[in-house]
Amino acid sequence: MTHVKITMAQALNQALRDAMKADDTVLVFGEDVGALGGVFRITDGLTAEFGEDRCFDTPLAESGIVGMAVGLAMNGMRPVVEMQFDAFGYPAFEQIVSHVAKMRNRTRGKITLPMVIRMPYAGGIGGVEHHCDSSESYYAHTPGLTVVAPATVADAYTLLRKAIEFPDPVVFMEPKKLYWAKEEVDLTESQPGIGTAVVRRDGADATLIAYGPTVPVALEAAEVAAAEGRQLTVVDLRSIVPFDDVTVCAAVRRTGRAVVVAEASGFASVSSEIVARVTERCFHSLAAPIRRVTGFDIPYPPPKLEKHQLPGVDRILDAVDDLQWEDS
Amino acid sequence: MTTVEERLLPSAEPVRLIDQDGVFHDHPSYLKPASDLLVDGYAQLVKGRRINDQASALVRQGRLAVYPSSHGQEACQIAATMVLRDGDWLFPTYRDIVSIVSRGVDPIEALTLLRGDWHCGYDPYERNVAPQTTPLATQLIHAVGVAHAARLKGEDTVVVAMCGDGATSEGDFHEALNFAAVFKAPVVFFIQNNEYAISVPLAKQSVAPSLAHKGIGYGVPGEQADGNDLAGLLAVLGQAVEKARAGEGPQLVEAHTYRVQAHTNADDAGRYRHEDEVTPWLDRDPIKRLEAYLTQEGLLDDAVKQRAEEDAAQVATALRDGLMPEPVVDPADLFEHLYTEPTPQLKEQAAFLRDELAREEA
Ligand SMILES: Cc1ncc(C[n+]2csc(CCOP(=O)(O)OP(=O)(O)O)c2C)c(N)n1
Ligand SMILES: [Mg+2]
Repeated sequence: MTHVKITMAQALNQALRDAMKADDTVLVFGEDVGALGGVFRITDGLTAEFGEDRCFDTPLAESGIVGMAVGLAMNGMRPVVEMQFDAFGYPAFEQIVSHVAKMRNRTRGKITLPMVIRMPYAGGIGGVEHHCDSSESYYAHTPGLTVVAPATVADAYTLLRKAIEFPDPVVFMEPKKLYWAKEEVDLTESQPGIGTAVVRRDGADATLIAYGPTVPVALEAAEVAAAEGRQLTVVDLRSIVPFDDVTVCAAVRRTGRAVVVAEASGFASVSSEIVARVTERCFHSLAAPIRRVTGFDIPYPPPKLEKHQLPGVDRILDAVDDLQWEDS
Repeated sequence: MTTVEERLLPSAEPVRLIDQDGVFHDHPSYLKPASDLLVDGYAQLVKGRRINDQASALVRQGRLAVYPSSHGQEACQIAATMVLRDGDWLFPTYRDIVSIVSRGVDPIEALTLLRGDWHCGYDPYERNVAPQTTPLATQLIHAVGVAHAARLKGEDTVVVAMCGDGATSEGDFHEALNFAAVFKAPVVFFIQNNEYAISVPLAKQSVAPSLAHKGIGYGVPGEQADGNDLAGLLAVLGQAVEKARAGEGPQLVEAHTYRVQAHTNADDAGRYRHEDEVTPWLDRDPIKRLEAYLTQEGLLDDAVKQRAEEDAAQVATALRDGLMPEPVVDPADLFEHLYTEPTPQLKEQAAFLRDELAREEA
């Protein structure tokens, strides 16, 4: 019951540390995760505390990292690997899609792969080319993967612990712009598990559906909207796969209007999936078509232009304004 | 003191202990395997050949969707498992059914993938045989993980990881060799160079002096052997396994063999190679030559031959009987195994299919 003020990066580090303490088979590896502690310091101090066998640097090859994790998981280990950045996970794509995702199914459950692929993702940090991709849709589209994205410090800790304990492979997307976000948290406090969305703010007029880096933006928009007299619900998905239809649909039915907020390009994306499935389920409760505020369908822009790509408060409020209020 | 070259470079010529006429030749670095091993190997070769040919026949009869035969490569198939102990692991490809069966997996279960009633039909942990892998070379890196886990657990497991000549061009082949070397993982990478990747001949795949040379860049010792000589393969692979087990790190072995049949029954080899090219390889057949050797040595009496034939006939019957009935498939399988706990969405979809099937039946 001790509250501490820590960053998301520290919470993730603590989660790894506690998981490694709790279970000898948890291994952490990837590029620069040893002595350096990872380029974002998420694995800081783990080699010193647990030794080179438990937290180690690998040769620079992402397919090798993920493929080796598959083999380790086949033989009794719980690997937690780091892709240094979202866009550097692509060399591992074949391993992820053809093996990580399919192994359990193709062996009728004889082989399960308890492994976590951690990935700093998305933008908002002024990163240069290839350092700011929102690649969650690729993984969410792949049957067999569980895809998680925390938005709060407490969730970063809880969801990573739960991902490591999860019996099946989890792609753990860490919103890198939130790494330095500080919160007063009690890490021992129990939080909902993987597959459960959480209502972060209640409001009767419309629902903002967000995950990962857009949750704080949605909350900020809701704050401004409230000052202007409109009460918004904010749903934090937490887990993209499995998708929590129940929580999301309940919020949308209650409010009758919804906007999905995501950093990734909108076309054929998690955001388009959300609109489709919520519309299928809640059509008669909707007073207006669901709107989306997403990145444009362009490669992630260079730092000097990224502000145009990122969903911001104004764009969210404009989308909310567009939800056909005149008819109600 | 051995030089780096001596340690890493393969023999200048593929190691061959028994030539295609069945004559034994001494080798400076490799001993002849024990006679009883060769006799047992002979019986396994005969059985392996029968599995290949029976499976091909079953494709023609519509009982298997496809069969990538290892006809002519049986010495590699058998040697790969003969050098392993019980706790060791085998990582096979789509072409390695004979290896899988020789490791002790039920042949019908081994053919599940090609029959089409599921993907992997056997329990990989029962005989420590990984699921057959089709995406080329991707399994090699899993083998490194399994081997590394074994080392961390203090077990003296060795992993034999198989691939073809074409697969050595894939990135994962190189990543696997490098990872294995850096982590000193007890993996024996075993390349069956059958000179073709579907239609593409080796010359278009690589200009390396041999595929065994590919180990050098990673500090992995390479060796090459005549892939149709069971004795040479047992000696070379046996030594590689021993070194890996002794903590000397990964080893790379290339077997020079030949794909005498098409890539699969669905392939038309006439479009890319001449029959003239195939003919000399028929004389290099692995069974013929071992039979000639064992006969000359008086090791192959009629009783042994008869037992081998009977074993082969038995497995052929088992294949025919086991594959003749239409396999029983369960649509519920489609949703049941993807996750330990199916997602709510999968539960909905499973219910949808159940209803659809119930309506069809009604
Ligand atoms: C990554 C990947 N690319 C392409 C294929 C299609 N394919 C299947 S087998 C094959 C040839 C492989 O040749 P080789 O590695 O020499 O093995 P062989 O079939 O001769 O045993 C190809 C191109 C594949 N299975 N995986
Ligand atoms: Mg080949």
